[in-house]
Amino acid sequence: MIEFLQLDFPSILLGTLAALSCGLLGNFLVLRKQALMGDTISHVVLPGIVAGFLLTGVSATWPMMLGAMIAALFAVAMIEVIRRAGRIETGAAMGVIFTTMFAAGVVMLEQSGARGVHLDVEHALYGNLESAIWLDAFGISDLWNPAALATLPEAIWRILGVTVLVILFILAFYKELMITSFDVAHADSLGISSSKFGIALVFMTALAAVAAFAAVGSILVIAMFICPAATARMLTDRLSTQLWISAFVSIISGILGYLLAAFGLGWLGYDNSVSAAGMIALVAGLLQVFAMIFAPRYGMLFNRATSTDQLEDDTPRMTP
Amino acid sequence: MSEFLSALFLALSLQAGYNTSLVLVGSAILGAGAGAIGVFVLLRKRALVSDAISHATLPGIALAFLFGTWAFGDGRSLWLLLLGATLSAGIGVLAVEWMTRRTRLTEDTAIGTVLSTFFALGIVLLTFIQSLDVGGQAGLSDFILGSTAGLLRADAMLIAVTASLVSLVLITRIKQFSLLCFDPLFAHAQGMKVANLDRLLLLLLLAIVVIGLKTAGLVLVIALTIIPPVAARFWTDRVGPMLLVSAAIGGIGAYFGAAFSSIAADLPTGGLIVLTLFAVFLVSMLVAPSRGVFGSTLKHFFFQRTIHERQGLLAVSRGEPIFDPLTRRLLIKRGYLRADGAPTNEGTMAAQKMARDQALWNAYRRAYPTEAMMLDDWSLRPIDDVLPKDLVQSLSPELAPVSISKSRGGRA
Repeated sequence: MIEFLQLDFPSILLGTLAALSCGLLGNFLVLRKQALMGDTISHVVLPGIVAGFLLTGVSATWPMMLGAMIAALFAVAMIEVIRRAGRIETGAAMGVIFTTMFAAGVVMLEQSGARGVHLDVEHALYGNLESAIWLDAFGISDLWNPAALATLPEAIWRILGVTVLVILFILAFYKELMITSFDVAHADSLGISSSKFGIALVFMTALAAVAAFAAVGSILVIAMFICPAATARMLTDRLSTQLWISAFVSIISGILGYLLAAFGLGWLGYDNSVSAAGMIALVAGLLQVFAMIFAPRYGMLFNRATSTDQLEDDTPRMTP
Repeated sequence: MSEFLSALFLALSLQAGYNTSLVLVGSAILGAGAGAIGVFVLLRKRALVSDAISHATLPGIALAFLFGTWAFGDGRSLWLLLLGATLSAGIGVLAVEWMTRRTRLTEDTAIGTVLSTFFALGIVLLTFIQSLDVGGQAGLSDFILGSTAGLLRADAMLIAVTASLVSLVLITRIKQFSLLCFDPLFAHAQGMKVANLDRLLLLLLLAIVVIGLKTAGLVLVIALTIIPPVAARFWTDRVGPMLLVSAAIGGIGAYFGAAFSSIAADLPTGGLIVLTLFAVFLVSMLVAPSRGVFGSTLKHFFFQRTIHERQGLLAVSRGEPIFDPLTRRLLIKRGYLRADGAPTNEGTMAAQKMARDQALWNAYRRAYPTEAMMLDDWSLRPIDDVLPKDLVQSLSPELAPVSISKSRGGRA
């Protein structure tokens, strides 16, 4: 039990909070057809992190986070520039920028010899969730003991802060976010600037991606921006319900995914574990597959009668 | 520095050893093939499908490795790994298509789902393989970041043959693919199987991505299929030339990038190829004559001046004073206005000519509204330069025979 509290509990907490913060924001990205923004951001932060490391010479967290944040915002601005200058679709502009910045990050890493200082590309891709440990926990009572809680890994407090910020952001601007996501024209007629909220959303996305990226790697970040929201979208038309479902899916994936990764192979007779971040993302993906097949109204099983043409109309239905 | 340059020159002229030359030629062919197929994928507005394809190869690679280890005791056969990659990427593409068509989720969500879920499965399998006690597992991570160090002659041949086949299919079907990109409805009406063409396109893309995996790695191979066509888009609007430009950019960029990476240790080939391609892209975006940033800024600059001069002269012909500072400055510079704003003799004459021109344009618009709509520079250039003489003369009787300086209001 104590071993679980010391080794597994902090990882579960970290993974679940990362999943939750990304999963909640993902709802708006999916509705705005910006689902791949999470993918882009989690790739472009690499050169920012390496630069933060190189400039300060220490593997301290804050310079790296700052570098990552700057890289993310720079990338978003560049995508907009390319999109307008070349009059090409956003996806292509994203493709140009995220591959280039990722390449720059890889070259910087290999050149600087920064490899090995627990900063390498594999780490960037699938994180190191398992390394979160809480050695000062000696019993279940430590869960409400402030002195012991204070020794939880710093990454957990950081991602907790970001999760709270994300929730506050959604609560404070719920109406604006909803209207600008569903109907830009309607939002403009109400005097709500959709571009302003678009930028705010991208900023929050970058914040969540950067905080989660350091702990859980890009693959979990990408999956969490998309899968829980897509799962919820298969199940409901109401945005508030969708948010609740996506939060639930994120938490379930975080807990179940970690447990499967840490102990799943043990149940099969192997004594090793697999990547927890990968397994959490995989569980989220599988939940989405279930939703796509079995969802009561929109799932393919119950949707045979509807013709494809009708389904291709992907205009989001607006129900507050 | 000169050492650097001479090493670079040696590499570029294929004299830096057999292995380096192999890498350079292999990369160039790969880049050209990826650049060519990328054009149609971009025009079909599906640039990021290659993102889903490349990530979806990973579980196939891992499973093929496990299968090879189980069946033959060694999972390192490149053919087997690429076969696995092709199969799982194929499933990924079908999954994207299914999700986009049969569920209410949009294509970007479908791409994101497939890339993250497949990649996550791949990572889980890779970490499982790492925990097993089998040989050759270290080479698997080469597929994530790419490595040209071990590029063999057979690999280069595979790349060359596949890229040539893909190019051949592209060239023989260039008409169908163009139609698919620009007017899928018309293509459908012509009896083409649009869905099949789309699948063929994705199959070709898949082939290129899979053979590029080992060289560029699965993140950076995406760049090979996106950056060259986006760069080429700045140079031309026509499909044929765009195909050539894109293939050339891809080939040359990959060749130079590989050469750069060969001159020093610790320079990853995939990364340098992408950075070289981006440099080409940046140059294209800035200086390409028709759509580049400089080109269109310059065009806008001259366009603005033409309009100001024209409007200024028309105002002079109506006897109105000119207040706009730019217009005033332009007309004074041309010698049409005096410094106090009064028209000079030349100014009056030019204004009369301009008023006649405008009146003729207006007459033309009334007589041939549709044709006038089709003209790009309607009423911006002198009508005698744009339209045939007899047409202009046929318009003239419509003009009231009033002296032009008095034709205020109405016409202009």
